[in-house]
Amino acid sequence: MGGHPVSAHGDQVRTTKCPGGPLLVRGAEAWEDKDGEVHPVTRPVVAVCRCRRSELLPWCDGSHKLPKGG
Amino acid sequence: MRLPKSRGPLSAWVRNAVTHPDPVDPLPPITTAPGSSLDDDDLQLALWMLYELHYRGFDGARDDSEWDHHLLRARREMEVVLERDLRQICREQVPTAEPERIVEQIEALIAQSPDSGLAEFIEEHADRAQVAEYLRLRSIYHLKESDPQTFALPRLTGRAKVALAELQYDEYGAGRPEMLHQDLFRAALRGSGLSDEYGAYIDELDAPTLASNNVMSLFALHRRLRGASMGHLAVFEATSSLPCRRISRGITRVGLPPEVSAYYDEHVEADAAHEQVALRDICGELVAAEPSLADDVLLGAQVCLLVDGHAASQLVQRWRSRRTSTLPGPTPEPRLWAVTR
Ligand code: FES
Ligand SMILES: [Fe+2]
Ligand SMILES: [Fe+2]
Repeated sequence: MGGHPVSAHGDQVRTTKCPGGPLLVRGAEAWEDKDGEVHPVTRPVVAVCRCRRSELLPWCDGSHKLPKGG
Repeated sequence: MRLPKSRGPLSAWVRNAVTHPDPVDPLPPITTAPGSSLDDDDLQLALWMLYELHYRGFDGARDDSEWDHHLLRARREMEVVLERDLRQICREQVPTAEPERIVEQIEALIAQSPDSGLAEFIEEHADRAQVAEYLRLRSIYHLKESDPQTFALPRLTGRAKVALAELQYDEYGAGRPEMLHQDLFRAALRGSGLSDEYGAYIDELDAPTLASNNVMSLFALHRRLRGASMGHLAVFEATSSLPCRRISRGITRVGLPPEVSAYYDEHVEADAAHEQVALRDICGELVAAEPSLADDVLLGAQVCLLVDGHAASQLVQRWRSRRTSTLPGPTPEPRLWAVTR
């Protein structure tokens, strides 16, 4: 996945790993990807892609459910 | 909105009863054959109208008809028929719930459900008129998107309640009026040259599409069925991201403007998160707190798959049979995502 949540109040950030799916992130103002690009968070909870197959990186778009190699 | 045209004795009775104050004639007998209520136009429209009294109501209907005991009693009679059918048609697919594995069990139901092929058809084959027809059929729900589940909120407690409130907040724009999903869909309708008026296309809805709306109200308006409401929601959210991408591509392919695809693009991203919230934080936590609801959670999940799947496959079949070209026939193979939207 790479990257980390950005927050002025780091202790407010909560993350949850979804088995086989994304990382849920709550309480962050942005997500900084591993290239240093900062993506603002506009939802109460965002799903960060962990499989690298999303077409909407850094966000999950459900592609982790597609058959592998398809 | 204006009152829908009646389609038979039940809907004619409701039309009359919501507009006239005095004792109404008794509800005509419900003659729906067991197992056929999803395809009963008159029953589904009559029930839809009775539910609509709890949302925005109708022009010309009595304002107090929402809690009129004649109407509530009629609603109950129709609901009994619908719920009996839903339990009957879901019985075979739904396993006995294992509360600690509820998330995996919902995911398994989704995985084994056949793909209607609707999103793929819209992506690759639909013409502009078919895309417009799809938007009109979906408009009845999307213009009150998420409102049914809001009725379930006071029936939940603790973690599941927090998670449902979080999900609904996002559906309602997360503090940004311009992102209210209902209004994103209004913009999509306008961008397609269609009316964005609430309920404008009700007379076009077929029975299965009305049924897919009605089951959400049935589950959310009965505290007893709160588990089914949340199971339904989880499947709804978990079968949205990938189909929405296909629908967005189809919309662009037929040359409709970006404000039409924007609704679907928003749902690719939003529902990837909503899926996880609904499965884990709503259904998982609800069942952890109230294990006795686990069976109803699975029932609601399977109802969403079957009812939305039925409406979607009816539409694809209508489209396919109207075409004479050499389109591939229906391929109801199980997919990892059950396409309903
Ligand atoms: S984790 Fe969902 S697309 Fe990568
Ligand atoms: Fe939405
Ligand atoms: Fe959603």
